[in-house]
Amino acid sequence: MNTENLEDHSAPASDTDTAVVLAGDYLNKISGEQIERECKSKLDEGYKRLVVDFSQTEIINSIGISILLGVIDSAATSGAKVVFSDLNQDSIELFETLGLTKHVTIA
Amino acid sequence: MIDDRQKLIHAFGALAELGQEVSNRNSFQETIRTSLHLVSGAIGIMRAGVARYSRFGHELNMLAVRGLGDDFPLSLSMTAEDERQFLTAGLNTIDIDQARVLPFFQVYGHSFESKRLEQFVPLVVRDEIVGALFLGEKATADAYTNYEKEIICAMGRHIGVAISQRNLMAEIERHSEENRKLVDDMRTTYNDTVKAFATAIDCKDKYTEGHSVRVGKYSEIIATELGWNPEEVEGAAVAGYLHDVGKLTVERKIINAPYRINSKESAELNRHPGVGYEILLPIHHPYANVPLAAKYHHERLDGRGYPDGLYDREIPYIAKVVNLADSFDAMTTDRPYKARRPAADVVQDLHRSAGKQFAPELVTAFLKGVLKELTGEEKDRRFRRLLGREYMEADGLMPLVRGTLNELTPTSPITYIGRDQSAVH
Repeated sequence: MNTENLEDHSAPASDTDTAVVLAGDYLNKISGEQIERECKSKLDEGYKRLVVDFSQTEIINSIGISILLGVIDSAATSGAKVVFSDLNQDSIELFETLGLTKHVTIA
Repeated sequence: MIDDRQKLIHAFGALAELGQEVSNRNSFQETIRTSLHLVSGAIGIMRAGVARYSRFGHELNMLAVRGLGDDFPLSLSMTAEDERQFLTAGLNTIDIDQARVLPFFQVYGHSFESKRLEQFVPLVVRDEIVGALFLGEKATADAYTNYEKEIICAMGRHIGVAISQRNLMAEIERHSEENRKLVDDMRTTYNDTVKAFATAIDCKDKYTEGHSVRVGKYSEIIATELGWNPEEVEGAAVAGYLHDVGKLTVERKIINAPYRINSKESAELNRHPGVGYEILLPIHHPYANVPLAAKYHHERLDGRGYPDGLYDREIPYIAKVVNLADSFDAMTTDRPYKARRPAADVVQDLHRSAGKQFAPELVTAFLKGVLKELTGEEKDRRFRRLLGREYMEADGLMPLVRGTLNELTPTSPITYIGRDQSAVH
């Protein structure tokens, strides 16, 4: 897996409290754990708002859900908010069904 | 209704992926991690773990965890009652309320409750516990439905099979390692026995003391130079060590005769290849053709050998190897009726006999071995140890061997580059 690309995808937003992490197409594989680590790293840096950008993610499978649950859990432990942005309708419905939307803001 | 249908499609997708993951040849750890993601993601479980059961230690050892934190026990001891209850449950989930009565809950209950674990799934394969799933609350915070429990159990079967396969593989590897050690021990015993036999054979002939051992070592050198694999090289050495085993039945006075033996004695002596074959045949050798080497090591390419007067391709290859090694030793050691010949004479004789008595490529291989030692390319001074330093350092031996090597293959001259980097043509 190309971690350099992943790091390139992740950059703090203009808001100094907000970090943006691109979900990309790694999310649905075991290599997607890198995204979870990336989010944890941002939380460790002190970001209080984590935006996961799904603009380049078409489908999310169970591995992706599990990884996102890990992100939600880490953010809850750090007292940070999670925002899922640019989700397609199918993913929003799936997240609602599985309860993820109870823990995040959909933007 | 839409929710249910979507849930079902999503969960079945996870189940299909899990089946594929388990049948893939990924690393076991990766398979387990992926499996745990698939179970968590299929239902939307916040925290989960998968453990492997050790039937020797009676404990569940965590293989992968999600969100359980560093303080969650990585190894959980099980009592006989826990095991019984797990087996009774089979692959059905055990709710936390049901689990409270289990002995292991008395020990680990605090950890389970602090992590909000709600379900335990014993992983049972062929009536044996192979592991367990530990599942926490769902992201919806709702209770697990029966349909979700069924999906989890179906996924648990896949994970159980993956763990069971891994256990079997580990057992096979352990047995394989034990067998390998056993074979190594047997091979060592066999080789020691062979060497003891060679010494016994050589004791019969005071003039050719060490002959069998030397023939074994020369055969080994030839096989090495031919590029044979280590097992074949070892086999060639054994064939050399045992080639004269038939001499054990020949009268000592004939073997030790300090004169050229007469035709009757010669006939008696010439029986030894056949007798050697008879001795070696019933033994199960770990190497091929050891008995044939004994039987045919006096055959020649031109059909003038004995006992059967075979020609070239009729002679087993290992016998040709031993024949060359045997003849070389005969030429390079003192006999009661004949002193050993100078090294240069022997090289010339090998050259002349290539294609008549000896297979030319074997002579080439043998002389390459000699040349490697003369040039220092071969550090192990095998020939010097067997023949003496003075013998091997005779004047003009190195250029003679080089020249012979080139002439032995006139159609494709050997370019030998020795340590001094001088090409020989």
